[in-house]
Amino acid sequence: MPEKYHIETKPVPPRRPRIGKYGIVDWREDCARCHNCVKKACVYDRYREEMNYIRNLDDVDALFFDCMGCFSCVQECTKNLLRLSINPEYENLGNQYWTPQIIQTTWLQAETAKIPVSGAGYGGKFSGYGFDSMWTDMSEIVRPTRDGIHGREYISTAVDIGRKPSMLKMINGHAADIPPVISIPMPLIIDMMPENYSVHDLDEVIIETAYRTELITILDSGKWPLNIKDAEKYLPHIAFYFKADAEMLPAPVIKKTVFAEVEYSPSYKKRISELKSVNPEIVVAVRIKLDSEGVNRAVEIADDELEVIHIVADMNGSQTGVTKPQFVKDMIRTIHRTLIENSTRDNITIIAGGGIALPEHMVKGIICGADLVSVELPMLVALECRLCKECVPGRLCPARIDDISFEYGTGRMTNLIAAWHDQMVELMGAMGMRDARRLRGDTGRAMFFEQLEEEIFGKLFGTRKQA
Amino acid sequence: MENYSEQENRLESIIPVKTLMTRTEQYRQEREIKPAPPRYRNEMGKYIISRNTEKCTRCGKCAEICPQGVHVLKSGYRYFLEPKSHLCFGTKCIDKGCFCVTACPNGALMIEENPMMKVLGDNRWPAEMILATWKMAETGDVPDKDYALEYETGNSGGGFDRIRFRFPDKPPAGLKEEDIDTSLLLNRRDDGRPKIKIDVPWYGGGMSFGSVSNTTQLSKARAAVAWNTFTCTGEGGYMERMRPYDDHVITQVATGLFGVREETIQRVPIVEFKYAQGAKPGLGGHLLGDKNTPAVAMMRETVVGIPLFSPFPFHSVYSIEDHMKHIDWIKHINRRALISTKVSTPNDVDMVAVGSYSAGTHIIHLDGGYGGTGAAPEIAKKNIAMPIEYAVPKVHGFLVAEGAREHVTLIASGGVRNPYDVAKAIALGADGVVVGTMEMVSLGCVRCNRCSSGRGCPRSIATTDRKLAPKIDLEWGAQRIINTYNAWRNELRRILLRLGLRSVAELRGRSDLLMHLDYTNDVEYRP
Repeated sequence: MPEKYHIETKPVPPRRPRIGKYGIVDWREDCARCHNCVKKACVYDRYREEMNYIRNLDDVDALFFDCMGCFSCVQECTKNLLRLSINPEYENLGNQYWTPQIIQTTWLQAETAKIPVSGAGYGGKFSGYGFDSMWTDMSEIVRPTRDGIHGREYISTAVDIGRKPSMLKMINGHAADIPPVISIPMPLIIDMMPENYSVHDLDEVIIETAYRTELITILDSGKWPLNIKDAEKYLPHIAFYFKADAEMLPAPVIKKTVFAEVEYSPSYKKRISELKSVNPEIVVAVRIKLDSEGVNRAVEIADDELEVIHIVADMNGSQTGVTKPQFVKDMIRTIHRTLIENSTRDNITIIAGGGIALPEHMVKGIICGADLVSVELPMLVALECRLCKECVPGRLCPARIDDISFEYGTGRMTNLIAAWHDQMVELMGAMGMRDARRLRGDTGRAMFFEQLEEEIFGKLFGTRKQA
Repeated sequence: MENYSEQENRLESIIPVKTLMTRTEQYRQEREIKPAPPRYRNEMGKYIISRNTEKCTRCGKCAEICPQGVHVLKSGYRYFLEPKSHLCFGTKCIDKGCFCVTACPNGALMIEENPMMKVLGDNRWPAEMILATWKMAETGDVPDKDYALEYETGNSGGGFDRIRFRFPDKPPAGLKEEDIDTSLLLNRRDDGRPKIKIDVPWYGGGMSFGSVSNTTQLSKARAAVAWNTFTCTGEGGYMERMRPYDDHVITQVATGLFGVREETIQRVPIVEFKYAQGAKPGLGGHLLGDKNTPAVAMMRETVVGIPLFSPFPFHSVYSIEDHMKHIDWIKHINRRALISTKVSTPNDVDMVAVGSYSAGTHIIHLDGGYGGTGAAPEIAKKNIAMPIEYAVPKVHGFLVAEGAREHVTLIASGGVRNPYDVAKAIALGADGVVVGTMEMVSLGCVRCNRCSSGRGCPRSIATTDRKLAPKIDLEWGAQRIINTYNAWRNELRRILLRLGLRSVAELRGRSDLLMHLDYTNDVEYRP
């Protein structure tokens, strides 16, 4: 059996007090001081923990919010003095897209490296915006492969990055001009932080994470030389990003990297040639912002014998610069389908980024047509970031990210990636898919809200009204 | 048609002698509706009434005008009891002229909306639906309209929550509620096996010992006896304590085969093959190590404390032909058993259903993606497989087109939360439904999602912890579920009455009686 992709993990507890969803409001004034106080009966022993917590309190602004929300104490208090409430700090986490639930589950995964498991059925919305408007399929009885819980060791999440010509050129009986291809063990690369969240210097931590997980991180070329010991060992896990006006890096550096990215500009071909002339084996992506012209631009340049296109929406997965933005999922589908119609899709690798917040987004992005995805903010959230938009130099970060240790940072990010990988395997196992490469654009392995509504409810109820 | 009990005298001819010798006397549970008050001291309601004891002169005016008994001054006591807020109609009392807050001559009473209504429940089971189900479990009927508890729909924004019935302006004259037939025939094949008929168009879903307590399982079983319907063992084995309920038990054969023996298969009238579960389709079962207590481990013949997985899929079934071999195996072992095939809802669920019918199943049980569970990866609960609202019409339509619809019973589950959902699922094409979460809520579940954690459920329902589990009394638990069943049956009859239908069977596939709030609803109905 081939070597299995395995990420070493260990629990990395949070540095800051947990921001739980629930808190108990306690009207102590009328307390009868019962001997059988419900607080002693908490199944999770939270009241005792709270007492110990307050005893050793470091920050006065950090209250204890780790209640599990079972209502047992609320309903049993002799004097009915307890109320369960939603922690306002929890509600303030993130934004409409990066919901408190996403932030909290990311924290949990970064701490434990485990797949979040809970009881009771799904309690959320029927469907929703963006990736929430599709479901992944599963395979019942008649399965395309013999995967399943005992076949997971055979599921490969590896993908290739590079140009894949439809046929080989043969010279003297040997294949010639084979373009370089990189294989990474899961369909994810770590992208640069969006502008508003790039205050913290996390390069060292992110690079080490990419190294430990055998993945690749994108790093602005202006950051070379790196202030890291043994910087050269990390070069295969760094893809330097060259802005249009960026200076070329020294040739020995380029020769040791396997992947690079260039900004889309009138001179991007020239920049690719420069990189290739130094290192013919390097794979080069063109980064295209998904603004009003992004989709067309991606389709147009795909014909230019490119190796990789990296399309990037904003942090919420939205198109930029338009009044009615499309979501990244739909833009991926458009680009993927158009390239299929142009017979160029199989030649090129598409990396999609922006709005990839959960492991299912990674899988769904690939089903929609990307080969792999890029993530940024989840890495920051792994460090207990709340996406509070206060990332301004000189202002106190509520998550104290500038104070993190190297081991803490790499541990949390590595844990998160490991949890994402395991969840991807869960979804692929359910689908009966053995290879992430086969998942690309396989919309037959997904069900889309609009499609199901039209096919099933359309027959029963007519035409769906426009919102 | 004959009920199972009518065949009892013929059991000797179809049950092997050894199994018959171990058969125990069957438990009798009366279908009696009795009050089953909540077991927590401070029952929650939509409103909170508070009394300022310094202002209160104990004049008794509030107790006098409140028809609900919110205010109680026990004889011999100096002070009023804590107001029973959960009984309060709130501001509805203003219209009814019994608003205690304004009636109090000293302004000692205050009313507010209970802020915990925002905390309790979730989008699929909002607080009001949970409170309404608690009322049903307590009283045996749906809550009084004056409580203004919205239980007909949730806040999920799609599926059942956007579908409504098109009720005629006036119900047809001459039709009486008590004459409406809610029974459901489970065997539609003429294959010589019993024509089992249950009195309500639902039965209890599979919950293993381990995922829920012994008391919870037995409460479900007693309710099944009272209502001449079924409960299901789930995959955790067949408890000896379930033996007195054999005639109302479906035993599950799932991929882990925990506790499955020929003898357990021979005990029951229905055997269910569980291929997948809606909450975690394609992933198999998972009992966390903490819940694998000595009792559970003994039942499942495993080691205490280790997590238990049921693999996915059946490693002996990769085609409909393999599935047929499974069914034949069970039919051979138990000559009276009906076969139910429980599958989740993939894109090709219609093909699976027809295949399963061809293989000889009597019941096709579709468990939708938003179904219940004791523990499942969150990524699976939200993302894998389609909701039941899509699967039912898809499968129903395909079975009709294939000419198989009248020969198989189609059961839906996974998000059936109230009697309206039952009726909607049937109107979309199901024959009946399987319920699970409603039974848990009847026992006091608050949907805190902690069934999977540590000692299990802090509400003592989904736990095998020796301290927690005994907190539920079996008599009480059974009565709560019996009461909720009654409330659902009553409300289902009222729905059918308003629609002018004489039976649940007449409702099946009548999507013309439904409308969707997001659609033009101008499709011509083709039965």
